[in-house]
Amino acid sequence: MSEEPILIAEEMTKTFGGIIALNRVSFTVNRGDVLGIIGPNGSGKTTTVNCLTGFVRKTSGRVYFLGTDISKKPPHKIADMGLTRTFQVMRPYYSLPAYKNLVIPLFSPRARRTGGWRGGGRLGDRDTVGIDILEEIGFERDSYVPYKNAATLPTGYLKRLELARCLALKPEVIICDEIFSGLSMSEIASMVPLIERLQMDGITLIMIEHRLRELFRVANRVMVMNFGEKLMEGSPEKVMSDDKVKEAYFGSRDIEEVMTHA
Amino acid sequence: MTEGMEQRRKERVDRGIKVRTDSLYALLSAGEIAYLALPRLVLILGLLLLPLVVPGMYWQRVITITCIYGLLAVSFDFLAHYVGLVSLGGAFFVGTGGYLAAIANTQMGLSPWLTVPSAALAGGVLCTLLLLPCLPLRGVYFAIISLMYPLFSARVIEALDILGGTDGIMGIDGFPNRIVEQYAPVVLLLLILFGLRRLVTTDFGLVVRGVKDNDQAIRASGINVTYFKAVAVFVSASMGCLGGACLVHIYMWSGISQFALDFSILPIAATVIGGSGTLVGPVLGCLILVPISEMLREFGTLRIVFYALILVAFIIFKSEGLMVWGRRKYHQFERWTRI
Repeated sequence: MSEEPILIAEEMTKTFGGIIALNRVSFTVNRGDVLGIIGPNGSGKTTTVNCLTGFVRKTSGRVYFLGTDISKKPPHKIADMGLTRTFQVMRPYYSLPAYKNLVIPLFSPRARRTGGWRGGGRLGDRDTVGIDILEEIGFERDSYVPYKNAATLPTGYLKRLELARCLALKPEVIICDEIFSGLSMSEIASMVPLIERLQMDGITLIMIEHRLRELFRVANRVMVMNFGEKLMEGSPEKVMSDDKVKEAYFGSRDIEEVMTHA
Repeated sequence: MTEGMEQRRKERVDRGIKVRTDSLYALLSAGEIAYLALPRLVLILGLLLLPLVVPGMYWQRVITITCIYGLLAVSFDFLAHYVGLVSLGGAFFVGTGGYLAAIANTQMGLSPWLTVPSAALAGGVLCTLLLLPCLPLRGVYFAIISLMYPLFSARVIEALDILGGTDGIMGIDGFPNRIVEQYAPVVLLLLILFGLRRLVTTDFGLVVRGVKDNDQAIRASGINVTYFKAVAVFVSASMGCLGGACLVHIYMWSGISQFALDFSILPIAATVIGGSGTLVGPVLGCLILVPISEMLREFGTLRIVFYALILVAFIIFKSEGLMVWGRRKYHQFERWTRI
């Protein structure tokens, strides 16, 4: 693993009125990392993502991506640089077929820059590129699924569509906000190899997860959050055996017991 | 249920025409070419022939005005249904286009051939710039703000006595002849209507529709939402300004009545009647509403009552809009089936 930092968060703080949602959170993500962010509900995981990607304005703190300060940049500029995200609550274009959903990110400046003609330049057909990406992400090309309206797709496919939207941008980093939540065991099982493949393709991943077993399979570092603060950071084994984490995240129960129920 | 009484339900079946599934087949049979072309030809030839059929200059003028309202209605429908900006600024677009054309004609001496397109473009840019601060607003909030613009402009012209004040700008050249005057709005409406239908299915159009569906995802895709909204507003405003510029040359006069709210409200009513999101529907709505409104003129103030009744009837009995209903009837059979 190279030690080239790709994303640095410095003392990120976000307050909503009197509530401190994030309290001076700092961390570094290296290129090729898979960083897991875990923590109980309301611990500030999604706020972290929103602050990183510019969807929420930080109260204070800085974020550096690829060496550039992106603290004040609007979300579309940040995505344009290659820091993409999925939404926990899926946000497809419900009135469009699945593959047409991808025409929109393929039309973005970044996709046109990075994709060459396949990204849909003058010669490219974004429809076919969209279907190609969908196939990569687990939509059967010859089935009717890619052509169905997003409104009629089940959750599993919508989660994949979220990921596909990021892939269409040829991203440097994908932040997955609870990509496994709401999926059945078999759907999760088919999703894990996808994540592993993204990692092998050299995409840096940040994963917010409640599904610890699957997360620990792919993540090489885990950050634990509680009450808007970073509790600790380290390898999955180190995090699992930490007493502070056990107490904050799992209550007083034994972690092994929780893991078997997870 | 009692024995012997059979339960039935209405079933809708798509017409067995290949053109519905595969565009290549359209070229293989006359029947299918006709199936595709007929509705379009009815609209195009209908609009072109209508001025020849109606009795007298008065009704020919009504058709011209109908087409100008049609432009506004299509522009409203595009902005509301495809971009998600409900605009009550139709009157502002007409007024801006009208005054710009009037100024270009009287001050700079340009002919209507130049004033109309330049007023449409310059007016589109001007309206977009003025609406730019409101673009983050959505739905009804944008509606309220955009309603302010025509009211504001009319009052400013009145109070400051600029641009001819309450008298307006007079002495504007008319169109060179009757035929141009009659057909310029008709042809422009048809061109813009079919152009816009094409635009919303292009990749650019998809992005614009995405803005309405879900602007967060657009941002997450690295696309500037405000830019696409601004381009859409420019398209829509230019259409309104185009209508206004034509109007000014037809009346040979430009005044604050061009900021009258009729230009904002009637297109919305027409869109409700014709079916929103169809683009053709609003034109159809205008073809119904504008002549009715003219016919009811004899009743004096009572015409508002009739007008309202017609609208209410449409909203209650055909709330989907004529075009949506008509399209369904054209593409599908209906039959009763036993349950």
